Amino acid sequence: MNKIIKYVITDILRNKIVVIYTVFLLAASFSVFSLEDNSSKGRLSLLNIILIVVPLVSIIFSTIYMYNSVEFIELLVSQPLKRRSIWLSLFAGLASSLSIAFFIGAGIPVLIYQANMIGFTMILTGIILSVIFAAIAFLATVKMRDKAKGIGAAIMLWLYFSLLFDGLVLFLLFQFADYPMEKPMIGLSALNPIDLSRILILLQLDVSAMMGYTGAVFKDFFGTSTGLVFSFFVLLSWIVIPVWYSTRKFNTKDL
Amino acid sequence: MITLKNISKQFGKLKVLDNVSTSCDKSECIALIGPNGSGKTTLIKSILGMVIPDSGTITFNGKDISNNYQYRDEIGYMPQIGRYPDNMTIGQVLGMMKDIRGKSGELDEDLIKAFSVNNLLNKRMRTLSGGTIQKVSAALAFLFKPSVLILDEPTAGLDPVASELFKEKIIAEKDKGKLVLITSHILSDLDDLVTRIIYMQDGKLVFHKSIEELRKDTGEERLVKSIAQVMVSNYE
Repeated sequence: MNKIIKYVITDILRNKIVVIYTVFLLAASFSVFSLEDNSSKGRLSLLNIILIVVPLVSIIFSTIYMYNSVEFIELLVSQPLKRRSIWLSLFAGLASSLSIAFFIGAGIPVLIYQANMIGFTMILTGIILSVIFAAIAFLATVKMRDKAKGIGAAIMLWLYFSLLFDGLVLFLLFQFADYPMEKPMIGLSALNPIDLSRILILLQLDVSAMMGYTGAVFKDFFGTSTGLVFSFFVLLSWIVIPVWYSTRKFNTKDL
Repeated sequence: MITLKNISKQFGKLKVLDNVSTSCDKSECIALIGPNGSGKTTLIKSILGMVIPDSGTITFNGKDISNNYQYRDEIGYMPQIGRYPDNMTIGQVLGMMKDIRGKSGELDEDLIKAFSVNNLLNKRMRTLSGGTIQKVSAALAFLFKPSVLILDEPTAGLDPVASELFKEKIIAEKDKGKLVLITSHILSDLDDLVTRIIYMQDGKLVFHKSIEELRKDTGEERLVKSIAQVMVSNYE
C-alpha cells in the first residue's frame, strides 16, 4: 500500500498544477496579511479564499487526476494487489499532497502572522476541507465512467456546497420565519462541510456577535466542547462516508 | 489450472458472456478465437478480476478468485492496448512493477534484451509508438516468471522480427509447463503456437477442442482454413 502512495505522490508533485496552487495560496495569503497593518482583517479575507478556493481546487483537481489515472488504475488492478488498497492509497496520496500544498501555501503565512487559536482552527479546517473534497471527487469518479460527466458533476457539487446550499437555507429560513429556526439551523449546517467550517472559524472571531440570535445559539452550541466534538465528528464523517462508499463501489467496478 | 463455471456477464442490455464454462490446464497454449465483440477480452478480464461476472465462479488452482488477489501473482498479463501513466519513463514503469511485485531476484529479462528495451529506459510513455508500448507490455508480462500468461492480441502492433522473437519465447514458456492463453485475429501467427482452440461467438463458448480434433473435424490442415470454415458456418 505504501508503495502506491509513494508513486501517487511523486506523480502529483511532478504535476505543475499543485505547485501553481501552492504558489497562488502563498501569494494570496502574504498579500492579504501585508495589505493592512491589522492582520486580523487579513485573516477574514483569507477565510473567504480558503472557503471558496480550497474546495474548488481540491474537487476539480482530484476528479481530473482520477480520470487521467484510469490507465494506471487498470495496470494496478491486473497486479496482485487488493482493490481496496489501490483505492485507499490513491486517496491517501491525493489527499495528503493537497493538504501539504495547502499547509505550505496558507498554513505557513497564517502561522507567521496569526499564531493563535484562530489561526490553528483555520489551518485545520482548510486541511479537512481539502480532504473532504478529495473524498467527494472520488465519489463522483467512481459513479461516472464518462470524463465530461464526472467533471461536470464535480463542478455542480462544488457550486451546490458553496452557493446553492446557502440559497436553500435562506429560502427555508424565510418560509419558516414564524417558527423558531435556530436549533434546526445547527442540524442544517452539518449538511454542508463548508458552512460548518465557516461557523467554526467565525465563532472564534468577534464578528459572531453580529449574527444575532442565531449567532448566540450557535455560540452556545459550537462554542462548547460538545459542540466542537460534534462538528469535528461531522467533518470526519464527511470524509469517511464518501471514501467508504466509493471503495465499496470500486471493489465491484468493471474496468 | 483455471476453471470457469457458468460465467455470465451483462453490460446494460448487452449479454457479453453467456453461461461460459471451460477449463484450462498447464503446458497448453490455448487460442481464444472469435469475431469482434464475441466476449474474448471480457472473458480474459474476468479471469484477471478486472471485470466481475454477474454469476458463475472462476477458480484458479482450485481456489475461488472472487475476493482474492494473491493469485494474480501467478499471472502475466499483456493487454490489448497497453496503457501506462504518461509521465513515467519506461525505466520507472519497470521499476514500479518490480517494486509492486516485490520480486527483485530471479527475473526473466529475455524479452527486455530481445526487444532492446534497455536502450529506451529514459523515454516517457506518452512519446512511445504503439509497437514499442506492445514490447514493454510483452516484456512486463514475462518478467516475473508467472505460471500463467494471458496475452490479448499480442502480435497486433509488433514488427515481423519482434513478432518472431515473441513467438519463440511463447513456445519456450509453454514447453516449460506454463499455461498460455492467447487471443488473436492473426491466425497465421497462431498456427505453430497453439495446442487448443476456444471458439467464442456472441458471448457463448461454441467449442473448446484440441487442434488435432479441429483438423479432423474440418478436414483442413491449416488453422487459418479450418477457422475460416467454422467462422463462415457460424456467420449470419
